[in-house]
Amino acid sequence: MTPLLSVQGITKHYGAHIGCADVAFDLYPGEVMGIVGESGSGKSTLLNCLAGHLAPDAGQVVFDTRADGPKDTVTMSEPERRMLGRTDWAFVHQHARDGLRMGVSAGGNVGERLMAVGDRHYGDIRGKATDWLERVEIDAGRVDDRPTTFSGGMQQRLQIARNLVTGPRLVFMDEPTGGLDVSVQARLLDLLRGLVRDMGLSAIIVTHDLAVVRLLADRLLVMKSGRVVEAGLTDQVLDDPQHAYSQLLVSSVLQV
Amino acid sequence: MIELKDVSKTFTLHNQGSAVIEVINDVSFNVAPGECVALTGASGAGKSTLMRMIYGNYLTQSGSIIIGDLDIVRAKPREVLALRRDVLGYVSQFLRVVPRVPTLDVVADPLRALGVAPDEAQERAKFLLAQLNIPQRLWSLSPTTFSGGEQQRVNIARGFAHAYPAMLLDEPTASLDATNREVVLSLIEDAKERGAAIIGIFHDEAARARVCDREIDVSAFTPSFDTLEQSKVPAI
Repeated sequence: MTPLLSVQGITKHYGAHIGCADVAFDLYPGEVMGIVGESGSGKSTLLNCLAGHLAPDAGQVVFDTRADGPKDTVTMSEPERRMLGRTDWAFVHQHARDGLRMGVSAGGNVGERLMAVGDRHYGDIRGKATDWLERVEIDAGRVDDRPTTFSGGMQQRLQIARNLVTGPRLVFMDEPTGGLDVSVQARLLDLLRGLVRDMGLSAIIVTHDLAVVRLLADRLLVMKSGRVVEAGLTDQVLDDPQHAYSQLLVSSVLQV
Repeated sequence: MIELKDVSKTFTLHNQGSAVIEVINDVSFNVAPGECVALTGASGAGKSTLMRMIYGNYLTQSGSIIIGDLDIVRAKPREVLALRRDVLGYVSQFLRVVPRVPTLDVVADPLRALGVAPDEAQERAKFLLAQLNIPQRLWSLSPTTFSGGEQQRVNIARGFAHAYPAMLLDEPTASLDATNREVVLSLIEDAKERGAAIIGIFHDEAARARVCDREIDVSAFTPSFDTLEQSKVPAI
């Protein structure tokens, strides 16, 4: 089987400071990978390099495109990369406001991505938007309301609907449940798990919440000071961590 | 079906003076299809550790653990995931679930992961929950609020939803009453009959005698704590 995403030697420096260094992994279709580590460990830098938001200093991010097979997204042209960002890729920001248009209605936010890939029939777009709002448990009656009138948890779910409406194959998530209260977080986790299984999508989730990765991720990368210090099955890394830093991370979690 | 050869395991505690704890030393045994083997030994002897190594939950330092045709010691994460989905079932002592997911979906989940249609998976889940005497009014609720015994039974229903060719059972009859204990034992007997290779930990001696064909004393492979203290653990 060809990996959906094959990452080799991704390195990013901020001046003399290391953002992330020499990260490599393969992600297969249907797999969910978690990236954990303390703040400043390079998780978000890595995610942004993978998703094409930051240009890495070195390395390859080879994505198995529908049309042409495996292609390095770092060296592909900007229009091609943007096309990927609109179709096969999705990016869920930590702050929903970064991933939404706050001045446009909820339906418009979902519909925009559909129009970007060529949908033109207003009735169809509105129908799909309403359907997706319901799938993320937002009342269909709110379709014409602006996201500014939504709560934080609803905005996050709207952002997810907007991202998934075009049927992406790879979703990047930066702390998708950060800043949400626990009941909303549980609802979102349940939703994400169902979507991953039913749509067969792959995901890379950056978080510092180990409970979230245990429930969502199949595999785990542990980062420290820009480098991957441990990688493996999620439950193996959490239950039998090998590296000193992973052991510290796991043993530092407060028991509820 | 399950073959262990010269399997050893140590824990290295980097943050506690780099203490090295030897837990399992040189275990070898096989489990054939249709056979149930019990792991025995005092608490702390390493029964659960060995079981978790077989499941791929703990890393094994040396030796090989072959399940079907996969060596779990050297397998890639994605191969282990596929093995757990198709071949190797595990009933742990604790239920770990996404909050708010109904019991019925929790039990049907392993079948859904295999691509079984939602209706068929739910039918199987309903059958198992009814068999394990979980009242129907609880099926639509999340098991997180259930009593210990109920959670244990949901866990067992989930573990037996798919007819795995190899199964690991960690104290499946603990905290169950006589009726439910009987149901679980008959589930194990059915699994043996269809040819599943089973490794179990049973503190309940009568249950062990009834379903297990052989016993393996894990403490024979555990370095005793006295020698450990003298030779392995440095002063902290």
